[in-house]
Amino acid sequence: MANTETVILDRNGISRGLTRIAHEILERNKGVANLVLVGIRSGGDHLARELRSLIADIEGEEVPLGAVDVTMYRDDLGSRGPMAMGKTEIPFPLDGRNVILVDDVLYTGRTIRAAMDALIDLGRPRNIQLAVLVDRGHRELPIRADYVGRNVPTAREENILVEFDENQKPVEVRLIKS
Amino acid sequence: MSFRHKHILGTEYLSSEDIQLILDTADSFKEINSREIKKVPTLRGKTIINLFYEASTRTRISFEIAGKRLSADTVNISASASSVVKGETLEDTAKNLEAMAPDIIVMRHSASGAPHYLAERVGCSVINAGDGAHEHPSQALLDLLTIRQHKGTLKGLTVAIVGDISHSRVARSDLYAMKTMGMNVRLVGPGTMVPPGIERLGAEVYTDMDQALRGADVVMMLRIQLERQGKPLIPSVREYARFYGLNPSRLALAAKDAIVMHPGPMNRGVEISSYVADGPQNVILEQVENGVAVRMALLYLVAGGEHPQ
Repeated sequence: MANTETVILDRNGISRGLTRIAHEILERNKGVANLVLVGIRSGGDHLARELRSLIADIEGEEVPLGAVDVTMYRDDLGSRGPMAMGKTEIPFPLDGRNVILVDDVLYTGRTIRAAMDALIDLGRPRNIQLAVLVDRGHRELPIRADYVGRNVPTAREENILVEFDENQKPVEVRLIKS
Repeated sequence: MSFRHKHILGTEYLSSEDIQLILDTADSFKEINSREIKKVPTLRGKTIINLFYEASTRTRISFEIAGKRLSADTVNISASASSVVKGETLEDTAKNLEAMAPDIIVMRHSASGAPHYLAERVGCSVINAGDGAHEHPSQALLDLLTIRQHKGTLKGLTVAIVGDISHSRVARSDLYAMKTMGMNVRLVGPGTMVPPGIERLGAEVYTDMDQALRGADVVMMLRIQLERQGKPLIPSVREYARFYGLNPSRLALAAKDAIVMHPGPMNRGVEISSYVADGPQNVILEQVENGVAVRMALLYLVAGGEHPQ
């Protein structure tokens, strides 16, 4: 059966969603003091970069930006086989910081669990907040996002694809039905 | 990406894509090794047996640290403290180890082909940590990682490997891997230490060290393994040092930015002078550091998923 694809967010829609998230982050954290952004590779770190520039536009200050690769913290090595690893790059101490963890799609919650484990191995953040562009449901762990660009109720067999251009800028979000 | 090997028995069996993947994975593991908490939960619940029939400090500890950093349970067995001294055959050892259900066996043996023999008899993955004068794949891969780190690339580089080529499993593993990655390999040593016909594997063979070093990007010195030679292959250690020892004036023949490597342990004053061993061009301790990352990559890649073979 052929795949059908529906665009659920275009470039403007993504931009609006991220701008709103940037404002919500600043409101809740009362500015940028003590704030750091950490994106989950590979989509999340592109979005974290976008969020950082939006926050800088609003507050006039750039918050520290890091990226975390969760391959080594996944719990499905036996069933999926080894995956290519990315690099974790967090060039600042996490101790006592308010960490905004950023991902493109929130699904079962296992990636977020893995990312939190990875962050906790690197330091002791004051708190971890979660920002995602799309929440598609089907959680398998008690995890929820603090900031959501768009809630998209999906079926399990459907897929959400966040597409980025060659400059790693988000282009559109598509719902794929197979 | 996919890694289709259940075992790592030698670099002879690895394609350039395999080697690329191993080096890239190891590169990422280096980041973990520089953290305060040098441990990830990837291989939690997996059991690794380090089965060492030959004395080894560096390789065994490197594999052990690699396993522990991935949260695997590692068990070390050395032949001197095992049933081997009581006369148990390798076949029986294999069956007994198999019954303990390990996930990976890392094996060093003085007989070439012993890890292959084991791999055919056990259900788990086998990694060759050095078999006789045959192969030492993890050493070759850490050599490549170190070279890539310094030179940015592998293809087209010229490497001079100097010493007892006949008895060196490192030289053989390096030769296979380096040829696969498009490097030029010069093997250098006295005629008695270079196996006849090795040029068929794509190496250039030299007996004159000065000639071989000219323009080389990498100079790799091998240890004179007197313990492996039945009859000495050289008239005297002193004479060997004179003709095949790496000193500053010889090193000056290589490329200006050439790096000096040695798989260790070094015989200072024999194959390498202290001036060179401690000089600015040596990357010997980086090799050791990269060894942990490469071994983590190998354990990770063989431990994951199904291996259709």
